[in-house]
Amino acid sequence: MNGTQLLVLVVLSLCASAGLALDIHEPLPDPERQALYERLTQEVRCLVCQNQTIGNSSAPLAADLRREIWEKVAAGQSEQEIKTFLTDRYGDFVLYKPRYGGPAVILWLAPGVLLLFGALVLWRVIRRRAALPVEPDNESSRPESTGDTTG
Amino acid sequence: MNRFIVPIIGFAILVIFLLIELNRDPTFVPSPLIGKQIPAFSLPRLEDPDQTLSDADLRGKFSVVNVWATWCSGCRQEHPVLNRIAAQGQVPLYSLNWKDEAERAKSWLQQFGDPYVATGFDGDGRVAIDWGVYGAPETFLIAPDGTILFRHISPMTMDIWENEFLPRIAAARSGAAK
Amino acid sequence: MIPELGQLCTTIALCLAVVQTFFPLVGAQLDKPAWMAVARPAAVGQFVFLALGFGFLEASFINNDFSVLVVAATSNSQLPLLYRMAALWGGHEGSLMLWVLLLAVWTIAVTVSSRRLPEALAARIIGVMGFISAGLLLYIISVSNPFLRLSPVPMDGNDLNPLLQDPAMAMHPPILYTGYVGFSVAFAYAIAAMLAGRVDRQWARWVRPWTTAAWMFLTIGIALGSWWAYYELGWGGWWFWDPVENASFMPWLIGTALIHSLAVTEKRDLFKGSTLLLAIGAFSLSLLGTFLVRSGVLVSVHAFASDPARGVFILSLLIIVIGGALSIYAWRAPGLDRNAGFKVISRETFLLVNNILLSTAAGLILLGTLYPLVLDALEAGKISVGKPYFDTVFIIPMLPLVLATGLGMHAAWKSANLSELLRKLRWPAIIALISSITITALAWGTGPVLTYVGVAAGIWLLLSSLRAPVMRLFGKGPRLTASMIGMQLAHAGVGLFVIGVTVTSTFSIETDQSVRLGETVQVADYAFTFKDLQQRQGPNYTALRADVDVTRNGRKIAHLNPEKRIYRVQTMPMTEAGIDAGLGRDLFVALGDDLGNNAWSLRIQYKPMIRFIWFGCLVMALGGLIAIGDRRYRAAVQTESSTVNAGTATRPA
Repeated sequence: MNGTQLLVLVVLSLCASAGLALDIHEPLPDPERQALYERLTQEVRCLVCQNQTIGNSSAPLAADLRREIWEKVAAGQSEQEIKTFLTDRYGDFVLYKPRYGGPAVILWLAPGVLLLFGALVLWRVIRRRAALPVEPDNESSRPESTGDTTG
Repeated sequence: MNRFIVPIIGFAILVIFLLIELNRDPTFVPSPLIGKQIPAFSLPRLEDPDQTLSDADLRGKFSVVNVWATWCSGCRQEHPVLNRIAAQGQVPLYSLNWKDEAERAKSWLQQFGDPYVATGFDGDGRVAIDWGVYGAPETFLIAPDGTILFRHISPMTMDIWENEFLPRIAAARSGAAK
Repeated sequence: MIPELGQLCTTIALCLAVVQTFFPLVGAQLDKPAWMAVARPAAVGQFVFLALGFGFLEASFINNDFSVLVVAATSNSQLPLLYRMAALWGGHEGSLMLWVLLLAVWTIAVTVSSRRLPEALAARIIGVMGFISAGLLLYIISVSNPFLRLSPVPMDGNDLNPLLQDPAMAMHPPILYTGYVGFSVAFAYAIAAMLAGRVDRQWARWVRPWTTAAWMFLTIGIALGSWWAYYELGWGGWWFWDPVENASFMPWLIGTALIHSLAVTEKRDLFKGSTLLLAIGAFSLSLLGTFLVRSGVLVSVHAFASDPARGVFILSLLIIVIGGALSIYAWRAPGLDRNAGFKVISRETFLLVNNILLSTAAGLILLGTLYPLVLDALEAGKISVGKPYFDTVFIIPMLPLVLATGLGMHAAWKSANLSELLRKLRWPAIIALISSITITALAWGTGPVLTYVGVAAGIWLLLSSLRAPVMRLFGKGPRLTASMIGMQLAHAGVGLFVIGVTVTSTFSIETDQSVRLGETVQVADYAFTFKDLQQRQGPNYTALRADVDVTRNGRKIAHLNPEKRIYRVQTMPMTEAGIDAGLGRDLFVALGDDLGNNAWSLRIQYKPMIRFIWFGCLVMALGGLIAIGDRRYRAAVQTESSTVNAGTATRPA
């Protein structure tokens, strides 16, 4: 088994186990800061166990990154500063929430665009159908067991 | 008529992307530090903790920085290659010993050979984070002005050395000569 | 010997699948009754041999035959029998055997009930399903063979990943695949109808129960996976928007849209293009999901061991099946339309809104899941798109959908009276609003406005859904068919689901604490006391088991036993959470690590109304089950004597 295979095996066994965050940081006195820390641990991707957040990963690197984030949150840094610290070193891949600007802008515009498109489709279909004749009731039924409120 | 063709065209575009992506590795994280300056750092040396290894030591010449640890099996595997590269003497090798135990690391080097000019002991991993390290072994190529030219992840091989590292050194040398 | 027999049977099944494809499809096209008649026997034969092949493979697992590669890779002699059997679908090759076997089961079901269909239609449906079976069987035999031998034979196997050694996890793939694969029936019906040039109300009536049945299994399969992730993985989450989760959710969304679109086609002979496209889409997404999980193009929790060569094969299959279907759609769907109308406010409009919103949701999830892949392929960077994105974006089409559902259920076909609708639902709205604000504030405290909106929407949908059945109990309102009751129950399930998700997302408390033996910590209203820690032996693991007492206001609520297990073969540590389950809230304790000084890290969670999520899904599935039982699906068809125009069907006046 070559080194790459061995590495893969180690990573798989490390990451596939349902481990928990190993370290406990003191809760920060300011509940908002504490909430920020907890939220960040759920928004940052673990680079070793790439299917987990650093909040849920038992990888040592995840623990290191949690420590960095905790120290920075405690020191009063803003969310943007902390995220920039991470992306400067690991790239955008490390953030589970894509940045609003940059290559992910299409993602954030998509809901609005799709809804607009859907509204357009809706309007066109309804406009056409409302103008067409509606056939009287007795034409279109097979013998149904009851009246017109079938699902 | 045209709206009925939209689904198949959309599907065709999707297939093209899937085909391209099949040949790439989605777990590979490219380094944002390529082309940027090495981070400022100062670590105690493994061989003599009273001395330090810092970013200043890496400047003024092409250098290679290898990130390794005794718990890393890939590092064990690549070590003979590093010994060979050091023996060739073209470029000095430095290293960061990542989240390890100093005594174990020292014995490991004694046992398997020490190709490094100097090794910085990064016990708590903070410096490694500044380098964007996420999985040992990693090997960096540094230009004389401190620019990071290249990063290789996973065990080093002579192939990678000859096809990725040496050409970049040559290109940077000829670029600087002009 | 046995694996070779298995391989032989599977190869025979492949040949029969090819026969099942070629003769019926060509026979239907050239109007050769003898060729069309091959369909049923071929399908039965394929099923029998495939079942035999599967059986031989399962025998290898049960008998611990480690000379078989997949048995050595995923099983172990210390594994309990149930998991030795489930290990068959724990790996890539075996799980595909399960996939193709379930396809054969659906084919048999369709074959058996196909007597009442016109011969050409039945032949085409069975032929299309045969085509898919043949493609997958070819893949299995050539590059993904579960019967391969291993030499030298290992003493024992690698063991099944301990995460999968769980009853829910053992059942999750079979149930999920039954759903996924079941959409192939609607797909086959759609292709058959387009090839025949005839899509009509009778066709819709035939397809509907099949679609609902597949949808029902998929609902249960997804809910099972979510519930398992919650109690097994130790972090208290129930949905991560992981690519593989999304791969199962997108077919579900489109399948739901399909069920609703079929309602319109069955009732009014409209939305035929949409129904066909959705039928193709649901199964296409199933196939796409199967590809994404196995090809290595996505980073995911349970992507199987990836291999680009396999990826190319499945992609080719996708191109042929989906590309073929969409080409037939582009060719045959135009001209299916008929010039009938409906008013702006009508059931049709609400169902149209429903389809648009569900498709939008599926589209957003598809975009988010594939975006990193697209950017990387374009070498435009590497990003991650995860839970924070999907959580935000998914609500946008979903909230209007809840409103549309509650209203649409009571709207009449063709033309509905808006003020009448609003009048009917006025009281449910008032009750929902008041109860949302009061109950939420009293039980859990204050939250963002969106929380109250979400809870109110869920309660309103629940009340709206139950309005007709409850009135019926009092002897008022029209008689309800099974189809109607099923529909109302399913929508009630959605309401329960929405309430559960909203409350648990807002008011859950999750905290990691360092706790000494004997110490008590306070989370929400509850006091958790870490009383004891003991070692114990399991069948194939050693465990460290904690005793945690939970009290509230001095009263004892629960005694929990979170464990940390080391499985002997794979030596992975695993946490088993201690959960006190309740309909109103879950209390969740997981054992972390030894922090020294007799202190351990405990993850303690308070999850209000989380059970409503899976309970809602069960109610949805139950609604589906009841709807399938409606008498009109079982009635024998009256053969159509009308002339057939290419693409449309006229009904006898």
